[in-house]
Amino acid sequence: MLTQIPTQLSSIVDVDDLTVEFHGREGTVRPVNGVAFSLKAGEVLCILGESGSGKSVTLRALMRLLAPDRTRITGHVEVAGHDVLKASGRSMAALRGSTISMIFQEPMTAFDPVYTIGDQIAEMVAQHKGVSRRAGRTRALEMLELVQVPSAKRRLDAYPHELSGGLRQRAMIALALSCSPRVLLADEPTTALDATVQAQILLLLRSLQQELGMAVIFVTHDLGVAAEVSDRIAVMYAGRFVETGSVRDVLQDPVHPYTRGLLSSTVHGQPRGTRLQTIPGSPPDLRMLPPGCSFEPRCGEAIDRCRAAIPPPYTLKSGQCVRCVHAPQDLVPAE
Amino acid sequence: MAITFTPAATRHSDRGGPAQPMLIVENLRKHFAIKADRIGQPGQTVKAVDGVSFAVAKGETLGIVGESGCGKSTLARLLMQLMGADDGSIVFDGDAVGEARGISVKELRRQMQMVFQDSYSSINPRLPIRDTISFAPIVHGMPKTQARALANQLLERVGLDPRQFGGRYPHQLSGGQRQRVNIARALALSPRLVVLDEAVSALDKSVEAQVLNLLSDLKDQLNLTYIFISHDLNVVQFIADRVLVMYLGRVMEVGPVEEIYKRPRHPYTRALLGSRLSMDPDERMATPPLSGDPPNPVNPPSGCRFRTRCPFAEDVCAGTLPSLADVGGGHQAACLMADPRSGHSRAGEFVEESLPC
Repeated sequence: MLTQIPTQLSSIVDVDDLTVEFHGREGTVRPVNGVAFSLKAGEVLCILGESGSGKSVTLRALMRLLAPDRTRITGHVEVAGHDVLKASGRSMAALRGSTISMIFQEPMTAFDPVYTIGDQIAEMVAQHKGVSRRAGRTRALEMLELVQVPSAKRRLDAYPHELSGGLRQRAMIALALSCSPRVLLADEPTTALDATVQAQILLLLRSLQQELGMAVIFVTHDLGVAAEVSDRIAVMYAGRFVETGSVRDVLQDPVHPYTRGLLSSTVHGQPRGTRLQTIPGSPPDLRMLPPGCSFEPRCGEAIDRCRAAIPPPYTLKSGQCVRCVHAPQDLVPAE
Repeated sequence: MAITFTPAATRHSDRGGPAQPMLIVENLRKHFAIKADRIGQPGQTVKAVDGVSFAVAKGETLGIVGESGCGKSTLARLLMQLMGADDGSIVFDGDAVGEARGISVKELRRQMQMVFQDSYSSINPRLPIRDTISFAPIVHGMPKTQARALANQLLERVGLDPRQFGGRYPHQLSGGQRQRVNIARALALSPRLVVLDEAVSALDKSVEAQVLNLLSDLKDQLNLTYIFISHDLNVVQFIADRVLVMYLGRVMEVGPVEEIYKRPRHPYTRALLGSRLSMDPDERMATPPLSGDPPNPVNPPSGCRFRTRCPFAEDVCAGTLPSLADVGGGHQAACLMADPRSGHSRAGEFVEESLPC
């Protein structure tokens, strides 16, 4: 495994065997079941999955934003050299916003409604950089200009409800980037936006990422968004990455039956009047996962081996990593 | 007891004949007043639907697209008579709605039904789904046992086993299953026209495809006409026969689906189509087709509603409210550039750039 060492050294996020369990009155829910990946500085990873696949929970676990009394997180999460799962509450607070930062789907609920946008950005800068509120405000103005908010100076004194959806999301990005984080987590940041505004925000995020060289983990359910922003894609199903690979390989040459099903069931330019290829059934109950492959009950290619045990990840020649028993025998081209 | 579920056409007579449009909407208008928040300040109005006219032919699917705040959901509610219009008329199969010699609102709602976006809040959480589906037929006078048998048939028709699911409550179903229940409920009165307001938008892609297949099967089997409201241009292209584009309460463009997608004439339609993501990492978008957000519907711009974001806007656009002009092929656009006599410097010289489709 000598070749692994350089990538290990240069990676900024390292996640190994991450599991998350929620303990509630109605039993234990397991949204994340052994996720492992590493992310290099400046790389954009897209976690693609449907609702309930565990993609948002994975993201929140990276910043430890889950209620500690009801959540059990195991495994190993390292962000820029910090062991996130072992860090004290105080050092986590220092880490959040400065080293690793997050933008959310609904900026209206992420901002505090009773403070102005300028105050909220200034507060964060003052907190992390130890500068005065005045310097914080200067930085806030700089940030609003960076994210192309028109008449930025006036908007510093605007309350969140006074901004349109697109401007609020820009302000959210300004807030998240104000302390120059090395890792940005984006949880469906364009899902609630209109099509014409979504295009603007995606392009803004893409250019900021290139300009600032951040690593970004982008969570989405939208294949179009993933194709637009990511270097690598991880397809998530029932709390596991079922397929990872470069954006081209995963979208143009998907291997896992779930990825293939997802691509064929997404409406984009199929001839009218044809039947859409669908994935039968619905995602599994995260309280009672099957012992084998979680996709097996919906999979048209399932065999006995699928039911026996969870398929290990197989790495293909293309670099794609697939959790499917069919992958090694059938799908790797012979030498 | 054997009760057969009869297709719409046999239960409700086709009064107007095949050439009569199923629905004609003329100059529909709905303004909402906002109270003044300061004394002395005049109250404002939201012009949610502001002079909308269109027709839906029998058996076709009309897609209505537009961004949030464009009035597409208000329009759906006006059509269903869930709120009263300020002005305008609706004619259902030749009968004016709510007029003395026309069709009554109660009868209209038998023949026209709606499926909402939020599958959970649109069904009664305290009724088993079989009772939800049989509710409307009972209200309209069907005996209870017969209505229950009908509910079972409808559940079967939308792909849910009535023995397994009939007694369940909405919270015991997944989003896709609940949306199937909503569709079954909408079909319980054998409607002829179904208004689908973002009916698949909240569903995951794999489930969305299942429901879209179901909708097209039902349309064929039951002879239905659809009004399909959505913000997803890919889905509308797949399902609609004709498309109507709305922006801030006005119709910008309407026409057959191929015309709209291949030869969009309104700059807004072009921008909307240009904002679609390609799903191909080698064909990423270079520049966003529009800047800024849709303006607040409270104070829409004068003249053409789109002029504040339009790259071709001129002075004349602020003064003239463009009406739908015919551009050939059953295709109409409300843009001064589509009207050769409008006074716009580009009037008539339509820039023919075909879009990748």
